[in-house]
Amino acid sequence: MLIDQILYGLCGIVLFTFGLRIAFSPVHFLRRLLAINVAGAGLFLLLLSVAYRGFDQAPDAVPHALVLTGIVVAFSATALAVALARQLQNRDKENE
Amino acid sequence: MNSIIWLVAIPLLGALLCTVFPRLANRIGWMFAAGNMLAALLVMHTVSQEGAFHYVIGGWSQGLGIALFADSLTALMVVMSAIIALAVSIYSTAYFTDTKKQAFYWPLWLLLLTALNALFVSADLFNLYVTLELLGLAAAALTAMGGSKEALSAAIRYLLIGLIGSLTFLAGVVLVYTAYGTLDIAVLTQQFQNNKVSWAIATLMTLGLMIKAALLPMHFWLPPAHANAPAPVSAVLSALVVKAAIYLMLRLWPDIFYPLANIGISYVLGGLGAAAIMWGSYQALRAQRIKLLAAYSTVAQVGYLFLGLSLIIVLPDGELRHAVMVGVVLLALTHAFAKAALFLAAGVIMQRGGHDRISDLDGTAQTLPVTTFTLALACVALIGLPPSGAFLGKWQLLTVLLHEGLWFWIIVVLSGSLLSAAYAFRLLGHAFGKKNIPHKRLAIGLEELPALVLSLIATLVLAFASAPVAKFIQPLSGVSQ
Repeated sequence: MLIDQILYGLCGIVLFTFGLRIAFSPVHFLRRLLAINVAGAGLFLLLLSVAYRGFDQAPDAVPHALVLTGIVVAFSATALAVALARQLQNRDKENE
Repeated sequence: MNSIIWLVAIPLLGALLCTVFPRLANRIGWMFAAGNMLAALLVMHTVSQEGAFHYVIGGWSQGLGIALFADSLTALMVVMSAIIALAVSIYSTAYFTDTKKQAFYWPLWLLLLTALNALFVSADLFNLYVTLELLGLAAAALTAMGGSKEALSAAIRYLLIGLIGSLTFLAGVVLVYTAYGTLDIAVLTQQFQNNKVSWAIATLMTLGLMIKAALLPMHFWLPPAHANAPAPVSAVLSALVVKAAIYLMLRLWPDIFYPLANIGISYVLGGLGAAAIMWGSYQALRAQRIKLLAAYSTVAQVGYLFLGLSLIIVLPDGELRHAVMVGVVLLALTHAFAKAALFLAAGVIMQRGGHDRISDLDGTAQTLPVTTFTLALACVALIGLPPSGAFLGKWQLLTVLLHEGLWFWIIVVLSGSLLSAAYAFRLLGHAFGKKNIPHKRLAIGLEELPALVLSLIATLVLAFASAPVAKFIQPLSGVSQ
């Protein structure tokens, strides 16, 4: 069971690094935004794997609360970014 | 009930009321900024009477509830933000005449103030992440209010880079919980050890904050965002939002990361700071517009603060370290007031004259004498001429550098000041330039006053307040709690 925990944790770290790698590269805005979300999900996965305390024990509740908060924050950030991008697109259309 | 809670509650309530009553937003907005000022003064009073204090909302046991914390550094930052926030709010009532824009501006601006105050008083690393993220969201949304295409794309870039910064910070927070099982700063300060995980934590958090503070080479997002936002927003971004990340560096390194402090990390941060001073000042010298000049000057000023921080990291606890700490705080305070004044003055010039191109500023002293005076005072503070707070701050820094024999840094600080004098005089030379304009009587507009007050605080008030400020900042120690 400990193997599972390490596996999830490592998976989270891999997702985080891949996400950041794309977020810094000069690709389309939407891809970078999605990459940032992937990186965030990787961190949440890592945090959740920390919560595991053994098969017959209740998991640590603090990481759960943190991940829930984190998801809300990530969601609002993504929504704001998409809204701004749409405004910019509308502006481009007006100019054409 | 504790005074500290009002710092978060008042602006938050104001933001909600502005959303519910958009027509009254102007009036509600500045009143709540004034209320926030009272709360900040109350916290400062409490700290000066009782020293640093903790407060847990709702009386939950440690580790469960949201813990707040204030010491002298917090109190200074909170009061600084409150004064600038009030000045910017009064200016904004005249700046945004369109009621539709007011309805967007006031809730976002008060939410930004809420996030900023919450960040200053958080005693818990995860709450720091949340407030950092909220600050970034509000700042990006406000930047977009510039409305132009440049402003929108700068806002998007600002938002994305801010997200990357706070995610990197969050990665550090996650590792802290993995390794130490707590997120409370006071507990961590006692438990933190020098090992590989701790280094990973410190690296991730520092990188995240470097992005947020726009330290070279992570500065590229700052000039477009700060130069294209509406004037009151630029003032807040440059004066306060950048300071939040630097405040966190000052919080984390001397306290939690103290066991990791070594000469290597000091040289890295100091070197980047020195590079930022030179590059930022050089770009400010080349800038064609006042707002771009002000934005690059912020890049340079962040460099001074990081140079000071690099000294705080390595110096042993004692008189020298306290001297640097006082210097850094004075530089941060002066820059905040002066830069806010500069951006507000640039806003007045743009609204009256329709542009902020430096080469076409001739005659400004004749048409807008008060604002030109404000520009001059702000420039005095940015260069660090006496009697401004920056002069005393740089003096403290130079004294310690001389004592430690760090000649290279001394050259950087002095030539940086020379470069800033060059870009300031280039701006003032045009602003005071003569042009054939019919003579008018001296008139002061209401929107010119907030900037004037801020620049007077930067040049005169801080000079006299420097001794009390130095006394107020308790000597920080490795294990402060």
